[in-house]
Amino acid sequence: MAILADENTRIIVQGITGREAVTFTKDMIDYGSKVVAGVTPGKGSQTVYRVPVFNTVYEALKEYPADASVISVPPAMIKGAALEALSNGIKFLVIVAERVPRKDTIEILEVARENDAVVIGPNTLGMINPHTVKIGMAGGPVENVKMAYMPGPIAIASRSGGMTTEIANLLTNHGIGQSTCISIGGDPVVGSNFLDLIPLFDKDPGTEAVVLFCEPGGVIEERLSELVISEHIKTPIVAFVAGRFVDKMPGVRFGHAATIVEGKKGTAAGKIEHFKKAGIHIAEGLDDIVSILKEIL
Amino acid sequence: MNKVLVEEKLDIAQEFYLGITYDTVAKKPIAIFSAEGGVDIEELALQKPEKVQKRHFSVRSGLPEYKAREMISLTGINGKTLLGLSNIFPLLANIFLENDATIAEINPLAQTTDGKRVALDCHLEIDDDALFRNRSIAEKEKDPDRIKGERKQSDFEKKAAEIDNLDQKGVAGRLIEFDGDLGLIIGGGGASLTAFDAVQRHGGHPANYCEIGGNPSVLKTKELTKHILSKPGVEKIAVIMNVVSNTRVDLMARGVIKGILETEKNPSETLAVFRIPGAWEEEGFKILSKYGVDYCDRTISIDEAARKGVEKLKRG
Repeated sequence: MAILADENTRIIVQGITGREAVTFTKDMIDYGSKVVAGVTPGKGSQTVYRVPVFNTVYEALKEYPADASVISVPPAMIKGAALEALSNGIKFLVIVAERVPRKDTIEILEVARENDAVVIGPNTLGMINPHTVKIGMAGGPVENVKMAYMPGPIAIASRSGGMTTEIANLLTNHGIGQSTCISIGGDPVVGSNFLDLIPLFDKDPGTEAVVLFCEPGGVIEERLSELVISEHIKTPIVAFVAGRFVDKMPGVRFGHAATIVEGKKGTAAGKIEHFKKAGIHIAEGLDDIVSILKEIL
Repeated sequence: MNKVLVEEKLDIAQEFYLGITYDTVAKKPIAIFSAEGGVDIEELALQKPEKVQKRHFSVRSGLPEYKAREMISLTGINGKTLLGLSNIFPLLANIFLENDATIAEINPLAQTTDGKRVALDCHLEIDDDALFRNRSIAEKEKDPDRIKGERKQSDFEKKAAEIDNLDQKGVAGRLIEFDGDLGLIIGGGGASLTAFDAVQRHGGHPANYCEIGGNPSVLKTKELTKHILSKPGVEKIAVIMNVVSNTRVDLMARGVIKGILETEKNPSETLAVFRIPGAWEEEGFKILSKYGVDYCDRTISIDEAARKGVEKLKRG
């Protein structure tokens, strides 16, 4: 078991004829993901690795019903692509594109909420349920993904795309498999952050513990600590907070408004302190994730 | 100093705070109002949160005047001041939305003793990722009189940025100088933070932070390697990245080795550690073996690699 997607999830790729999209479409198909159609306006009737390309999401879905869309288009077109998918009834978006204007992300998420849709990203490498499905770029070609990931009971949610695979690889090296691994995206605002995902993992019978990769900045980790306490989250969480050295660097200044909304939070040390209060396990070094998991399981 | 701003002196009766930003947790725009504006607004939000009103609003329809009125009235303001301020607030929200701002605030907005309202100071931050559609704002970045708030780059960091601009292939830069003796070539973003912390935790002293990613060209990696080794006191470098899927191990190996050879050093001695597993690793490991470099594969973690690097440096 795992969350958000499985081997039956039908996927379309918006921007499928782009260089990067062509590569990850092949990697997804090789891994066994069901890529049913692609969309690039003006390139309808072409194919990419035998996947038919359509001009619009509407036309793609008329022939090939789908559950999820991977969006890989230039920054100025992301909002349009996401709204097109949502208005055609797609309930799961993985926005791999980066450099998305903040306002566009917020608008996409506003519409997604109205449509009960789940969004991963922007600026994400996507997600992998080992040996079942991969949506997006995570892990690269199939042989690399198979070396780094293996099925098992540990979920991973990471603010860094590269570290999603790195942590999976670390666990696999020690014979610990993974249920669902998600690169949540590196932007300050993402569709599914730790606060959205932890309750899902908590309900997933296939997940026995969650590993989080955290970085300085933002207040999601601090809020997560409050959520773990208030919602009585039972699933053990192991957190690794990278970038401790950043705390000692000359201050990054925030405007008043950000401080009023977020308080004086965001440092690595502050996040660790909050985590400890909520009973979240702290891995001091990356390798400690393994020893902590072995104790828990 | 080359310019002085002269302003009219005003008799101020009251100062207000009006701010708009994004609430990154709720993922919505948020309007913030206080009847006690001024420099200590953050302290006030912390100590007396009831004096700071906050409301989310829709990014598509903007801040409705009734919402502005609700917030302002709740702080005890009435009469013409209430009407005037509730007129202004939606306009500030429009400025925020139309210019792709991430913060827009007027602090303070002063009410003068003769009943006028004047914005005494404003703060507007624009989303870098939206500059492509805000050309007139993007132009302002080139203004030589513009005061940059960021930390000043050292010459060493500026040179690294120039190397990163040699071509558009990937990133091999974003260097920050430190005063240690171990040069670092690390990546990508999250792994760079992890590797830097790990080096320090195992007792090492980094000479620099940097971020490699997106499969940089051999040229950029080579030049960055030479640049880091050019720093006095830096005899060894540690190369550590997460398991890569886009960046190619062989191209990284080639760039680093070339850089070391061009500084007339021995790769096997100069590399404190080389740990990049992933795409094209067989080809990469072949190159490293050829130069006698004791590389790490994916069974060696970032943590372990950092420890090895620090130990090798200490052995000399």
